[in-house]
Amino acid sequence: MLKKKDLHKNLKNFTINFGPQHPAAHGVLRLILELDGEVVKRADAHIGLLHRGTEKLIECKNYLQALPYFDRLDYVSMMAQEHTYSLAVEKIGNIKVPERAQVIRVIFAEITRILNHLLAVGCHAMDVGAMTPFLWAFEEREKLMEFYERVSGARMHAAYIRPGGVSCDIPLGFLDDVHLFASQFNYRLDEMEEMLTGSRIWKERLVDIGVVSSEKAIEWGFSGVMLRGSGIAWDIRKNEPYEVYDKISFSVPVGNSGDCYDRYLVRVEEMRQSLIIINEAINMIKPGIIKTDDYKYSPPSRIEMKNSMEAVIHHFKYYTEGFSLPYGETYTCTEAPKGEFGVYLISNGTDKPYRCKIKAPGFGHLQALDDMSRGHMIADVVTIIGTQDIVFGEIDR
Amino acid sequence: MIIKLINKKSFKANTYRTKTTFIGVKDIVPVMSYSIVNNEQSITVSHKNLLFTLNVLKKHVNYKYSLLTCISGVDLMQDKYRFGVVYELLSLTYESRVRVKTLINEVTFVESCIPLYRNANWWEREVWDFFGIYFQNHPDLRRILTDYGFEGYPLRKDFPLSGYVEVRYDHLKKRVVVDPIEFTQEFRMFQYETPWLSQNA
Repeated sequence: MLKKKDLHKNLKNFTINFGPQHPAAHGVLRLILELDGEVVKRADAHIGLLHRGTEKLIECKNYLQALPYFDRLDYVSMMAQEHTYSLAVEKIGNIKVPERAQVIRVIFAEITRILNHLLAVGCHAMDVGAMTPFLWAFEEREKLMEFYERVSGARMHAAYIRPGGVSCDIPLGFLDDVHLFASQFNYRLDEMEEMLTGSRIWKERLVDIGVVSSEKAIEWGFSGVMLRGSGIAWDIRKNEPYEVYDKISFSVPVGNSGDCYDRYLVRVEEMRQSLIIINEAINMIKPGIIKTDDYKYSPPSRIEMKNSMEAVIHHFKYYTEGFSLPYGETYTCTEAPKGEFGVYLISNGTDKPYRCKIKAPGFGHLQALDDMSRGHMIADVVTIIGTQDIVFGEIDR
Repeated sequence: MIIKLINKKSFKANTYRTKTTFIGVKDIVPVMSYSIVNNEQSITVSHKNLLFTLNVLKKHVNYKYSLLTCISGVDLMQDKYRFGVVYELLSLTYESRVRVKTLINEVTFVESCIPLYRNANWWEREVWDFFGIYFQNHPDLRRILTDYGFEGYPLRKDFPLSGYVEVRYDHLKKRVVVDPIEFTQEFRMFQYETPWLSQNA
């Protein structure tokens, strides 16, 4: 005979472990996914597998030595972060940056934005199944990294933007090549959009996936593309302009439905706007000095060093002892490609930062993954990770 | 075109041009101190009044600090209060930022602000992980960035830079083992006097 308890069946959700070494996880993300069939019930992200203690290390280095750590945080938008750090140091030290340096910084900030968005869109497409745009994107990225190399000698970890200006002037003919790049890159973007924007598969995978309403975006403290994709017109370059962004006219793309597809469109349009900014900045640039002439905060030029004893002393002191900042604290943020990258810097009057908190945009975005992926299929989790533009260097720090 | 492009003029029209001034804040919240340095507003409140302050700043029509940017911990070491917890708030409506600081010592705790700001969850976990500051009523106060089974609070000033243990793979035991750290040469940190800069002297 059938008993009543046989009719009851206890169902348990299926729990799987995703990562930490999964090609679609953009690094070392470990997810514990609770599944009901193929539908995600809960996603618990375990992060910290790439934790290197950057904040602790920075406390033990002087202000100049701390700079290269910022390249290595988000290793696809290197200069955007050293830029933020430099701005923070300049704010506490009240260092004036010459205009030429500011324009060069803007050019590189925008090159970095393209560099990052190319990887973001390319890898997102590859996660979803389109291989080709990724390869095209990497060809363009190679050209951009060549620009990095030409000014700093390093393809990625440039340490080019420094407190007080930039480390050295741009080489002859450099701006011609940047212009040449900017004039051809629109067509490369067109090719990429031809492949993706109208593609049925791409749309099926992205439209209405990971929808974030504008209220939710604020609630989760989103920034950058994640905020604009949800229809909130907020861009630090516009709202709290730094460097020469207030003199440049450009538009900010804003999505309206807040799904992955909108964020993809916003990213592509941001790249086009970056080209406009680069072209305007090239027209703006004037000859002049590229770092502050206060040699307490920046090294003197080689020519000066060969002619002046004082310059030699300055140079020696600068590179051995570093420089001290007055007491103070600041939270400085810039519009990094991934969102608002902030540095909370406390100086206690010595040559080392007392505390350097790094506000990484990805950290804030990733904690919304659970909320965004709930009720979606397991394959959509990959899409959502892609759209959040996760890089573990900055999240784990 | 699904997305819309916003240029400068209409961009500014979205937000109120007048930025909030903090003059009235002292009458509404119990502020311990208040400062504007480099156009950055910051207020210090007692940890008992923290949640109330955040609530006012978030919901008051003159402030509308609806977005929590980040929470950071600070180890003040030689101070009367050992730790500071710093909240960065952003008002999209008024284009304004404010820093809310609260001071605590090793035994006091901070009320979790997750009911107000959902994204405080991970930031509070991070502060707990790095400083050992306890957040009351936090639903899931696990460590977040350090290794599984990590001991100590690494961003405290009395935690050495090189840590206490190192991890390696043991070929005989066929597993990862944790050993006390060993150096052939002690880690040296150079402290310079820097008589060089007269700004503070």
